[in-house]
Amino acid sequence: MSEQDGSILYKPTKNVGIVGYGAYIPRYRLPGSEVARVWKGGKGGTPVKEKAVAGLDEDVITMSIEAARNALARADIDPAEIRAVWVGSESHPYSVKPTSTVVAEAIGATPHTLAADWEFACKAGTEAVQASIGFVGSGMSKYALAIGMDTAQGRPGDALEYTAAAGGAAFILGLETEALAIVEGSYSFATDTPDFWRRADEKYPEHGERFTGEPAYFNHISSAAETLMSELGTTAGDYAYAVFHQPNTKFPQRVAKSLGFSPEQIEPGLLAPRIGNVYAGSALIGLTSILDIARGGDRVLIVSYGSGAGSDAISLKITERLEDCKANAPTTEAYIARRTEIDYATYARYRGKLSQK
Amino acid sequence: MTHNHDVNIIVAGVGLTPVGEHWEKSLRELALEAIVSAMTDAGGLKPQAMYIGNMLAPALSRQSQLGALLADFAGMRGIEAMAVEAGGASGGVALRQAYLALSSGLVSTAIVVGVEKVTDRVSNEVLTAQMTSSDADYESVHGVTPTAQAAMLMRRYIFEYDVPRDAFAGFSVTAHANAVTNPNAMFRRAIKPDTYAKAGIVSDPINMFDAAPLADGAAAVILAREDVLPGKLPHPSIRIEASSTSIDAVAIHDRPDPLVLEASKHSLDEAYRFSGYSAEDIDLFELHDIFSIYAVLSLEAGGFAKKGEGWKLALEDQIARKGSIPICTFGGSKARGDTGGATGLYQAGEATLQLQGRAGENQIQDAKVALVQCLGGTGATAASHVLARVDTG
Repeated sequence: MSEQDGSILYKPTKNVGIVGYGAYIPRYRLPGSEVARVWKGGKGGTPVKEKAVAGLDEDVITMSIEAARNALARADIDPAEIRAVWVGSESHPYSVKPTSTVVAEAIGATPHTLAADWEFACKAGTEAVQASIGFVGSGMSKYALAIGMDTAQGRPGDALEYTAAAGGAAFILGLETEALAIVEGSYSFATDTPDFWRRADEKYPEHGERFTGEPAYFNHISSAAETLMSELGTTAGDYAYAVFHQPNTKFPQRVAKSLGFSPEQIEPGLLAPRIGNVYAGSALIGLTSILDIARGGDRVLIVSYGSGAGSDAISLKITERLEDCKANAPTTEAYIARRTEIDYATYARYRGKLSQK
Repeated sequence: MTHNHDVNIIVAGVGLTPVGEHWEKSLRELALEAIVSAMTDAGGLKPQAMYIGNMLAPALSRQSQLGALLADFAGMRGIEAMAVEAGGASGGVALRQAYLALSSGLVSTAIVVGVEKVTDRVSNEVLTAQMTSSDADYESVHGVTPTAQAAMLMRRYIFEYDVPRDAFAGFSVTAHANAVTNPNAMFRRAIKPDTYAKAGIVSDPINMFDAAPLADGAAAVILAREDVLPGKLPHPSIRIEASSTSIDAVAIHDRPDPLVLEASKHSLDEAYRFSGYSAEDIDLFELHDIFSIYAVLSLEAGGFAKKGEGWKLALEDQIARKGSIPICTFGGSKARGDTGGATGLYQAGEATLQLQGRAGENQIQDAKVALVQCLGGTGATAASHVLARVDTG
């Protein structure tokens, strides 16, 4: 399956897989009811039950290091052999100065490594994974580390404030011989669709309201998933689990249904109701939750969505190795259970929403 | 003013397009669909002039001079073309301009196009643009929105006439029921009175189902002088028996009784007088229902109910398709979708289909005379037309 036989899937020269994975979710939770209390007089529904909020001493760098360490623990490899450290986020602490160099240094992957930051709204994490598949599959590197992590911004009072959350996941890609999940094939779909954006030097993003739905999220995820499955010759029924970008609870449920997936197939990866939308880490952290329970032989589909807009779709086949490494790091459920509820005022302080100058 | 029956003006073609969120279509593309559809319906009859009803293009599409833009895009370079703006009454007022042109004898065939493109902007920009239909110095300057204004009128109505809150349910239920079989409608699901009762409040006492959704759409009709028709038309001829527009104070507080739509009343009185028909002769009334309260006040203005009793028509099911005065027979703005300045052309087109017997499942049995009226702002402009079947037998 390559360009030679007419397939439009991405398929590297050497077969690649995931050799380690790790999640990180900060402990603080802001219930949707708190946002509704402050901005909506306590009325109306909330798109998620609650969202994860980063603490005062946390940012995309510290959280990426946590997730990367978990991935390393499961991969059980020498970090010096990781020749690419790529962090996808829309909340990089610096505009100029990479997140990835700090992460690479902290985990011991420096100096023989290609450190880089990625940005593509909510799919910056999966595109780092796509690139890692190519980097390892071409033979340029034994391992590559791809991270999707965010401390997402939501304008106070905006609909996004209910969901814009913090968290993400890290994946180490290597050759299939060591893999806990083999990449069967991947595909990316992109168009110029301006549904959500944040201009340089702006603090909060803007969005096109309902335009973010049909022409943006649904069109891109469906197109990417349908193309991948049709090129692989798979159907929804062939997958034990599927995870889609989860900006809220309803969107992934709806797109899953339209693609023929059952609620049971997406339930383990659907974390948005409990942690919110962790943007660049949204689909990836759902995948970590699935890996925590998947068994050898299971097929897993992951499809991300990034505004602007594009989707990355990856088909994975779980190997027996997964069982041996699962317990080497905290499960994603353990992070979700580690929970300290905060009120809106504390949230406003933690997220720097109170102007002190 | 009496009807000059030497000059009969007929609706020679109708072009209605689906109302909705047309993300992929621009203002001119929407209009072109309606233009092509109407011209096809008229058997290729060539218009000599184009009159356009539009409310928000300068604000939301950064586009004025729609006459030249749309006529050129439709391949009609060289004809007379212009846009007319009168808020939500733009479409009806454009129809009136075509009627005047044809009556003058200087124009024999004209196309009237209503078009509105709103989904390229986020809702606060759309709302700001909509608010320009109110009095900028004395109303919108305070931040009052069209919804809030309708809410104040509805609240006053409930207070003055001691009306139960659920009295307005029937207007929404009827509109949604009528839209189920309208392929151009935005919302095609029937709702129950219970659904209405449980709907969230938008601006007390207006709930979600009292308010129409503003959306993209375009509609067109072709008018022709009966005496200069080149040949037989594909469909039965429908005559415009009366055309009348009238204005009131823009600001609600400048009206002696805010619960009387004087512009609506005056233009309807004129339309009755001009056509020789009265309220009893009307088989259907395509009225302005962007909020339920306007449907009630329009029915009262047209003499279909006494002041303070318009709401009872819904209670008695008289506004349904089989009732004594069916309204919004294709769903109205409420369920078909509110297309701002295009509304008057959807109404005229739908009324024509009814009179021609081409309304399909929405057909009002043996409809002979239709009344059509759209309003601008809170009723400051009213454009009314009487359409009737030409019985050749």
